[in-house]
Order: sequence, then C-alpha cells, then structure tokens
Amino acid sequence: MKRREFLTIPRQAVGGLLLYTLAGEPFRVSAQQNGDIRVPLRFFTEAEARVITAACERIFPSDATGPGATEAAVVIYIDRQLAGPYGNDKYRYTKGPWVESYPEHGYQAKETPREIYRQGLRDLGDGFAQLPVDAQIQKLTAMEKSRFFQMLRTHTIEGMFADPMHGGNAGLIGWQLIGYPGPVMSYRAEIDKHYGVPYRPKPRSMEQIVGRKPALWEDEKV
Amino acid sequence: MPNLKAVDVVIVGGGWTGLMMAKELTSRTGLTVTVLERGIPRKTSDYALDMDELDYAVRLRMMQNIAEDTITHRHSMRDPAVPVRQYGSFLPGSGVGGAGEHWNGASWRFLPSLFNMRTHLAERHGAAKLPANLDVQDWGVTYDDLEPHYWRAEQMMGVGGKAGNVNGKIMDGGNPFEGARKSEYPLPPLRNSHLASLFGEGARKLGYHPHPAPAANLSETYKNPDGITRAACGYCGYCERFGCMVGAKAQPSNTLLPVLQRRNKFELRTGCWVRRVVHKDGKATGVQYIDAKGEEMFQPASIVILATFTLSNTRLLYLSKIGTPYDATAGKGTLGKNLTHQVEGSTRVFFDKPLNAFMGTGGLAMRISDFDGDHGLKGDEGLLRMGMIGVLSNGSRPIQTFDAMPRGAAKSNWGSDWKAAALKWRDRNAIIALSGEHLSYKQNFMDLDPTYTDKYGDPLLRFTLDWTDHEHRQSEYAKEIAQKIAPAMGAVLAEPIGGRNRYNVINYQSTHIQGGTVMGASPESSVVNRHQQHWDVQNLWVLGASCIPQNASHNPTLTILATTTWAADALIDRYLKHPGLVA
Repeated sequence: MKRREFLTIPRQAVGGLLLYTLAGEPFRVSAQQNGDIRVPLRFFTEAEARVITAACERIFPSDATGPGATEAAVVIYIDRQLAGPYGNDKYRYTKGPWVESYPEHGYQAKETPREIYRQGLRDLGDGFAQLPVDAQIQKLTAMEKSRFFQMLRTHTIEGMFADPMHGGNAGLIGWQLIGYPGPVMSYRAEIDKHYGVPYRPKPRSMEQIVGRKPALWEDEKV
Repeated sequence: MPNLKAVDVVIVGGGWTGLMMAKELTSRTGLTVTVLERGIPRKTSDYALDMDELDYAVRLRMMQNIAEDTITHRHSMRDPAVPVRQYGSFLPGSGVGGAGEHWNGASWRFLPSLFNMRTHLAERHGAAKLPANLDVQDWGVTYDDLEPHYWRAEQMMGVGGKAGNVNGKIMDGGNPFEGARKSEYPLPPLRNSHLASLFGEGARKLGYHPHPAPAANLSETYKNPDGITRAACGYCGYCERFGCMVGAKAQPSNTLLPVLQRRNKFELRTGCWVRRVVHKDGKATGVQYIDAKGEEMFQPASIVILATFTLSNTRLLYLSKIGTPYDATAGKGTLGKNLTHQVEGSTRVFFDKPLNAFMGTGGLAMRISDFDGDHGLKGDEGLLRMGMIGVLSNGSRPIQTFDAMPRGAAKSNWGSDWKAAALKWRDRNAIIALSGEHLSYKQNFMDLDPTYTDKYGDPLLRFTLDWTDHEHRQSEYAKEIAQKIAPAMGAVLAEPIGGRNRYNVINYQSTHIQGGTVMGASPESSVVNRHQQHWDVQNLWVLGASCIPQNASHNPTLTILATTTWAADALIDRYLKHPGLVA
C-alpha cells in the first residue's frame, strides 16, 4: 500500500475542519500548534492536490465577490469522489466496442475520471501551482475544450455547493456565499410569503440537522 | 433451472402499474400474486437522509444502474447506434416503486383528443392532408371510458388541483380546456410560489387562462379510500430525483405497498432480474429470472403481467420472441413502434428581484393550456398539435442551477467575471417551458441492438429517434409565446434556449418515454388490445407507458394508473370468467 498522503492547509483562524470518511462518517481534524490542518488524502498525492487546488482556485476564485474553491476545500471533495466508485466509472456503461460519435451522444471514450485526472495533471505540469496567476489562467484557457477541464469545472461547482459530507463546501462557505439554506424539512409557512424580497434562512448541513457527533481524530483511521 | 411453486399471477416490475394491478387482484380475487422487482426494497424511512443534491440529483442514486443495462441510440436507420453511457435525456427508476418514487408528482389527465388522435386529426384536416410518415392512432379506449379510473387514481394519491370543467360547466381558475371531470379534485391546489404567482398574473393580463398543475404532493393532510393517511407537503424542494421523507408525495411505497403488505396472497421479491417470458403454443407459462443470489429461476404462473418501464416492457417481448417486430422499411409489424418522448421549448427569463426559488415542490407549477392540443391553433402556424406552457417551482438546488445567466454576461464559463455574473443572476431567473405533445412517426421506433449487451449478455434495446420539423416548430412557437408572457410577468430579459438541434441523449428532458407495446383496436396496428391484453398470447398483459401510442403534453403517471385499473376490470371481471381475448 502506498504511503499515506496528507494535504496541509494553513488555517490560522479555525480550530479544525470537519471531514468525512468515504463511508460518510464525520470526524474532526484539529489544527496543529502552528495553525495548519493536515487532511488525509484518498486519491491525490500531496503534490497533485496542490496543483488541483490552484486550478480550482482559478475556476472559482476567492475575490471581491466572496470566498472560492480553496476556502471551500473543493480539492478534498474531488479527492473523495475520485477515490470512490464514481472515480472508477462504476455507474457508467463501460462495455465496448468504443466508438466516437456525435456530440448528442455525450462522452463515449473509455478513460475513467481517475485516468482523465492523471492525464490532466500531467498536462498541467508539476509546477502549475507555483506559476503566476496569469500563466495559470493562460494554461487553463488552452485546455478549456478538454474532457479534463470540463470535469474539473463541473467538480469545482459540485465541491462548492454539495453538502459538506462529501468533502467540499467547508464550513458551509458555498451555501453562505449564495444564500442557500441547505436541506430544510418544511417551508410550508413560508412558500407563499417573502414575494420579491430575499428570504435567507441560516444554512445548516445534513450533519447539523441529523445531529451526529463527529469523532475527534487527529488523523483519519484506516 | 429450478422451478418454483406455481402462482396464479406473476407481475414483472414493482412500480406504479405493477403494484396497482397487484392491489386490484388481491382486493377483488383470491389469486396468489407475486411481483418480481429488479431493484431494492424501499420504504418512507429510507428517505430520511436523502436531501442530498449530489448523491441523488447529480449521481442519480435512485435510477437504474446504467452500468448494468442501458439503451443504444441512433438518429436514423442510416446511422450506427452507440450506447447511452451516462444519463440522460430521461431517468428510469429502479427499486420498489420504480420511477414513481423519484417523480415530481404532476398528476394530469390527458386531453380527450389524445385517445382518438387518428380520427380527430383526420376529421380536422382530412385524412389525405396528414403527413405520410405520421403514425398516430386511436387507443381503442376513450377519455370517457377512463374518467372513472382517473378519479380512482386521483383519490388514491390525493391529487390537489382546481377543476376547470365539471360536467361541462367551465369553472373559474381551473383549466377550461381540459376534458370534463365528474367532480372537483380531492384536495385544493398547492400554495403558490412567487414564480407561479408572477406567471399567473402575467398570463392573465394577456387574456390566457393560467391554472395550477394538479399535484400528488399533498396540499393538505389526506386519508385515501384505502385508509392510508399521509402528511401535507413541506415544499422542501427535494422531489424530483428524490423519495419523499414525509410521505407527502404519493409514491407506490407510501400508498400501495402499505395496503399490499397486509395481503397474505401477495409476495414481493426484490433483486429479481427477469430475462424472458416463457411461452408455449401461444400461452405464457411463466417467467425466467436471475434472483438476488445470481441463480437462474423459473416462476410458473397462469397469468403473466409486464409492468416495467417503457424500455423493459418492449425489450422483454423482443427477447422472448413474442409478437411481430416492427419493420420500419415495410411499415409492417407492431412491436417497438410509436417511440415518442416529449417536446421542449424553453425560454430563460430574468428578474431584478429574488424568487426564493429554493422553496417549492415537484407538482407546484402554473400553466396555460390555451395552446394545448390543437384548440388554440388557427391553422397558419405550421402545426398539428402543441402543448402546455408554464413555470415549475420544484425547488432550485445550487449545483444544478448555479451559473444560469444571460448570454454574454461573462467572457467564459469560469473565473472571476463568471463567478460575479452567476452570483448576480442567481435566484433571479426561471424557465418558461413548453411541455409539448410528441406525435408518433414511422421512422421512430425501438428494436434490439445487434452489438451491445447488458450485464447478462442480452442485447440492449436500440432507439431510432430524432426530431422532425414539426417538433422544432412546436418549440419555436412556444418561445414566441414566452416572449409575450415574460414582460407581462415582470421579467427584465427573456432568452430562448436551444435551436433546431437533433435528439440529444445527454440533456435531461423528461422521463416520459413512451410506446413500443402500443394499445389499439386491431392486431395490425397494436401489440395489445384496448384492455392491454396481448393479441397473440392472451394470458399476457402489458401495463404502463409502453402502451401509449403518441405522447401527450401531460405527464403520464395518472394516465398509466387509470389504464391499469381499466385493464384490471377487464382481467378480473371478464377474462377470469371466460379466458380468451376480451373484446
């Protein structure tokens, strides 16, 4: 088995980060003394995670309009998705023969999301995260039409706005950004009110609603 | 292959039609009934944790696993077919309840003219004026035959709505163009979202007749005639692609299953993948299936009922070599013909105020039927049939709707200016959509694919399907009407979506795929008779949307429930007494 890889996130202001196992069990990683958080990775190496973090940040940047992919820990979401059954195309029809077809027939090639990401990482290059922002944008623009980029863009949006149980949307930052309240059992008393004015209940995650207590682990148990 | 103990009736598929038929049979006869369902068991408490957009709406947890079984598609007989590798323009469900678990809850009746379309169009235009490739036909059953069955289905589910035509009397606030109902809906309509109220006001200003969609998402707490009580809808916005955690949305698992579970002559077996209807000398003897442990079984039965989704009903008859396959070149044969979907035509409208669109429920829609069927057509539109136009407030979830924005609002679809534009227009946009009839044509059909197979090596079903000029024109006409409604409802901008594109298997449209085993008045034009009994194998009955000869503008659930109890009456009251073809 390969050496366990961790992504170290500097997060001075936060005491820790709520994470989930692939089986959906919550646990909290506490910040170390210097404020860094060490998050165990499931698919990426630490170097790969840094490249993906930088690329996601260009797609959904932290800027004047609010936080972006890095703050939401989108890379953790993508890492979990690729490590799980989706990453290996368990839910796609994968019998041959493999033939190219019209765009109306969608993606028809054999490569799985894991393979597409490995190739995409090669195309971005090991030093991508260290490039100046303009150079990063230029490189991604050149790749816009690729299956990898289209997936990365879709996954970035998913990682911003999926329930945090999937790894992204850390601290409900994506839902706060857009004023989405998350799962709410009933709006029966609200549906025909608030016409034309924003109604923005405070977001809550599935975890908070169900009330499961996260385990306090320094590192994820295997 | 082990032979199991014979049962009186075996039903393939544990969705709306299969369980509805099982309920009728176990209520009205002493027959033993076994339902074989390919997917997993389901109950309301399964849905306590399903308000998760990613797993359910994006990864599509409730659908048939496309890795195991899919379809292939080609646009015409000249093209090679390729598999649909990921969903999809429609979403077939799996598990007990089938697509009836993850549906939106829209519970319309079809227009009376749908049932005698061939006669209706010939009377209106003259038979000689109809296009040569048009393959619409009469069902052999009429709206009036089905009216009491519609009423039974509405009561069973607790449909809320506003009648527009009760015994010929036009009612204010309802749909004045609907077929005559005998009574008002069991429940009042759902509460209005902001979007639905804006559309209603705008359409009324233009002289149209907006009306709420009839919905099986309970507008009030309701006890149905079977004694099943369900809670009122909370407008949580997690209907389509989800099961209802409070049981407010009528689903087979919360309406039919609780009744059936008390019946000792009823058995439901899950994880059972039926591969063939076994038959000898023109009589079905049972079904062959692979059980949850992977063993091949034979279930003998006196009566076999196919009650799966459109795709498997058609494919099972092909694989079992029952009936005459349709030959599109010769225009002969019946099995697989009349493949239809539904016609879209969308316009995205933008507002300068928020809609709070995360609140809603699957059946919460406001529509106009002024152009439905052909009653609104003057004759110069280049159209035979049209459809309903309206808005839907089924709960806007963030992943699927994040970056709807006007064209040109950002220079690409990522980066800072894209993010800023998405945030600006978020919750300030909606779709005015057409739900249009899809006529059946000789060139659109289903057969078996010669190349691709399912997980057991059986050939996949192959679609040959594309849009014609008529469907493109329906879309365009809907967009012209939406351009008028948009400013009247206060929109600051209205942008039509899409153009004259070919059929696309990737973008979701609706799950209303129909045809393949159509019903009709004669064996030359239909697979099953007007009671949904197979013409050739008379102890074989076929239920559901595969029997519908041309696609309505309306969602088909209520109609397939009505045709199921219509078929049950013929089966129980007539066939069981005098086995043979029911006239």
